[in-house]
Amino acid sequence: MAEPDKDALFQFLLRIGDNTLILGHRVSEWCGHAPVLEEDIALANTALDLIGQTQLWLGYAAEVQGEGRSADDLAFLRDVWEFRNVLLVELPNGDFGQTLMRQFLFDAWASLLLPRLAQSADPRVAEIAEKAAKEVAYHIERSADTVVGLGDGTEESHARMQAALDYLYPYAGEFFLSDAADIAMAAAGIAPDPASLRAEYDALLARVMARATLSLPESRFTHKGGRDGRMHTEHLGHVLTQMQWLQRAYPGCTW
Amino acid sequence: MVSVAGQPETGQIWNWLSEIPDPEIPAISLTDLGIIRDVAWQGDTLVVTVTPTYSGCPATSLINMEIETALRARGIDKLELKRQLSPAWTTDWMTEEGRAKLEAYGIAPPQPAGGPARCPRCGSDELEKLSQFGSTPCKAQWRCRACLEPFDYFKCI
Repeated sequence: MAEPDKDALFQFLLRIGDNTLILGHRVSEWCGHAPVLEEDIALANTALDLIGQTQLWLGYAAEVQGEGRSADDLAFLRDVWEFRNVLLVELPNGDFGQTLMRQFLFDAWASLLLPRLAQSADPRVAEIAEKAAKEVAYHIERSADTVVGLGDGTEESHARMQAALDYLYPYAGEFFLSDAADIAMAAAGIAPDPASLRAEYDALLARVMARATLSLPESRFTHKGGRDGRMHTEHLGHVLTQMQWLQRAYPGCTW
Repeated sequence: MVSVAGQPETGQIWNWLSEIPDPEIPAISLTDLGIIRDVAWQGDTLVVTVTPTYSGCPATSLINMEIETALRARGIDKLELKRQLSPAWTTDWMTEEGRAKLEAYGIAPPQPAGGPARCPRCGSDELEKLSQFGSTPCKAQWRCRACLEPFDYFKCI
């Protein structure tokens, strides 16, 4: 096995940690706004798990970077172009159905990736993934059930879920793109090649969408530019104005 | 108290830790919860290894503070708290005593089947799930169809 390149490992950790950070923040925006109390609590708990995972991933990323920064520094003191999350997680929440569809598309990917990362040649990656995999297994149970319940629900809920799927599916392909950093991670046995997860992901989506009576778009066109930071959507900047406001207005503030 | 001559036995320290209530579910202790993974002396420093229940559990830092406060009060001044992620915490590590205390408190204990065995209030097994999540990361909401009371169920992970 090749010795992993420090920059590649840092990129890999930012990618996974920024995904959980930005999605966790997005999901937390529902707090106090969900259609019923139980769903509000479920969304807040999901967000909390994702932010917890972020602390572990970005905490390790900061150590690997070796510039004396912390997970908080990485979360609150970087600007848009330094983020490495996929575009899917920064998209606005839309309605409740769209939020849960996005959650399912994310959970499906995470549920395939994390058990593999739990076998990583890097013990730190392996232990974080082992912990997060259990939480994600719980999340996908709920997001898949909700997609099925709303998809195979009323005419109104079905139409909204189909619209959510049509809108979001072209963003899911970004999970499976690879570049030099991914190839370095795969060569070092730290993480699988992202592309290698696609067939299982498609099969999982096909099963759930069939139960949900929803049609997967046929086109494989994918929006991209988040995981390499080349071109985020306009939405990420707006997320950061909320998420980073306190540290920007009161640098170094703690309580 | 710690004498100059010797350090408290680790068994004694486990007993002290078993008196610390979980900050969010005070009916059970930290040792009942199974999150204390190891207690060991390394030279003159006591190393307590703790594993988080959920990665985002807000009680984690409070739990560390409670451990530190309790052990310092027993005279242990050289103390290191070590976070251990692997093996990941499982509800299988909850003690039998902890499960019984949870049920007496009104929280259905975790079951391998994935749902509560019976209503912690009336004992009926006519139950329905209200939500997979609850008031803390470790709980879900269920309701008893017999006595109609909602109750917390400690998630099985």
